[in-house]
Amino acid sequence: MSLALKALKKSPWVFHVNTGACNNCDIEILDALTPRFDVERFGIVLVGSIRHADVLLISGPVTRNVLPRLKRLYEQAPKPIKVIVVGACGCRCGIFRDGYNIIGPVDKYIPVDAYVPGCPPKPETIIAGVVKVLGTL
Amino acid sequence: MVKKIPIGPFHPILEEPEFFELHVDGEKVVDIDITIGWSHRGIELLSESKTWDQVPFLVERVCGICSASHPYAYVLAVEDLLQVEVSKRAQYIRAIVAELERLHSHLLWTGLAGHFIGYNTVFMWCWKYREPVLDILEAVTGNRNHYATYRVGGVRRDVPQEEIPNIRKMLDELWKKNDMLTNAILDDPVIHARTKGVGVLGWDKCREYGALGPTARAGGYDVDARRDHQTDAYAELDWDVVLCQNGDVFDKAVVRQLENFEAIKIIRQCVDKLEAMGPGTEEDLVLEIGEIPPGEGLGVYEAPRGEVFHYVRSNGGNMPMRHKIRAPSFNNILTNEYSVLNYAVADAGLITAAVDPCYSCTERVGRVDTRTGERWVMSEGDLIKLSQEKTEMIRRSLRGK
Repeated sequence: MSLALKALKKSPWVFHVNTGACNNCDIEILDALTPRFDVERFGIVLVGSIRHADVLLISGPVTRNVLPRLKRLYEQAPKPIKVIVVGACGCRCGIFRDGYNIIGPVDKYIPVDAYVPGCPPKPETIIAGVVKVLGTL
Repeated sequence: MVKKIPIGPFHPILEEPEFFELHVDGEKVVDIDITIGWSHRGIELLSESKTWDQVPFLVERVCGICSASHPYAYVLAVEDLLQVEVSKRAQYIRAIVAELERLHSHLLWTGLAGHFIGYNTVFMWCWKYREPVLDILEAVTGNRNHYATYRVGGVRRDVPQEEIPNIRKMLDELWKKNDMLTNAILDDPVIHARTKGVGVLGWDKCREYGALGPTARAGGYDVDARRDHQTDAYAELDWDVVLCQNGDVFDKAVVRQLENFEAIKIIRQCVDKLEAMGPGTEEDLVLEIGEIPPGEGLGVYEAPRGEVFHYVRSNGGNMPMRHKIRAPSFNNILTNEYSVLNYAVADAGLITAAVDPCYSCTERVGRVDTRTGERWVMSEGDLIKLSQEKTEMIRRSLRGK
């Protein structure tokens, strides 16, 4: 295991992107950080800049406006980065599948490591997703 | 010399993407450009390809936090078209779910506002107190956030009688905690210094921009769709519209805190009435709705952020022919154009967040020097840090006195 990977596993820093979701996955992600679930005790911290991130949490179907920004974010991310898609919309576009401004699920544009289904997934499920990804390292 | 600070379109801790560009002269904000439309999903058109009964599932995904208000306004619109009145039981259940949503939404906002001014304890506490509300929502509707309770002609499921004591217990505990939070906000000199007289949006400006919800009520602009349109059960319940006068960030926080008490009062009354009725049958919950005749209907409901408006037109088919949605944040976000002017950059984050928009967007902040075209990048964290440092400065100077 390389030094970079070892550091990543010890305390994964998470950056969160909404590519057109309805907010619910986003507030559930935030929920996971607050006292009931409190993932910060495992070193999982939400960071303000993509350049500090080890894990990218993406929620929402990709809209036309957001796509260039999403690609740029992925390019700016320090590698190795793990990408986790949260919610039914990000996985397979969900109920917005036929929308004219929706141009596909996240994995059509950037490589994805894990999918957390649900509308919205409960914080426990999101934590389980992150833990599973860390387990594969 | 005017510089531009773009904020957005992504924010790491909040909701939809939005994009603000602040034009600053030194510390003072002199202009703001607002770009929205990042998470445009074409819901109105999608809705025209769903049957009347499927649309509530779609419109509750307009916004995850208003996911009771949008279906509520939609079913009111269809019922307006049909000219029917739903059963009392359904009206109470609708009010319970909608008011529980208001509680969790306002607590969420207070927490985030605390985070913005550097009181992370407030953030953690509010979100902790919000959890029991979500538990009750899960017990009553089956999901923490998307409730799928509303349906044309009534509601999908009853509130289980055995849940009623749990709801009462949760409300009693929340009342005390909300009381504590409200007193903390009213007493803290640092919060006063940070928020009083900041981001003022007075009565005339509220009217000019068409501000809605707590944003307008904080400025003394008396608008509440639940009262103005006599929505369902609200007409017979005992509750008040909370009004303040100054329209600054402080008043916006106070309005939301006091509305939590009103929401608790409404839920208590509805729960009492449901208990008196006893368990209901399927017919008590939902009316038999056959064909939807040609016509049009309007539905208005007061979401936690303001008035949600839905318009539907039918041509007699099984899908809406036209479905128009107007959400309150659209009006409220545009008020930032006025309310951030002439305040410091450190206050801009707080002011734009005070309308409880989906201000969601500060993934990175770059500064552009308009004279040299030089560009450098700050992380969004820096903007919050700037705000938090200002609080720290005020706290120190107050201690010095």
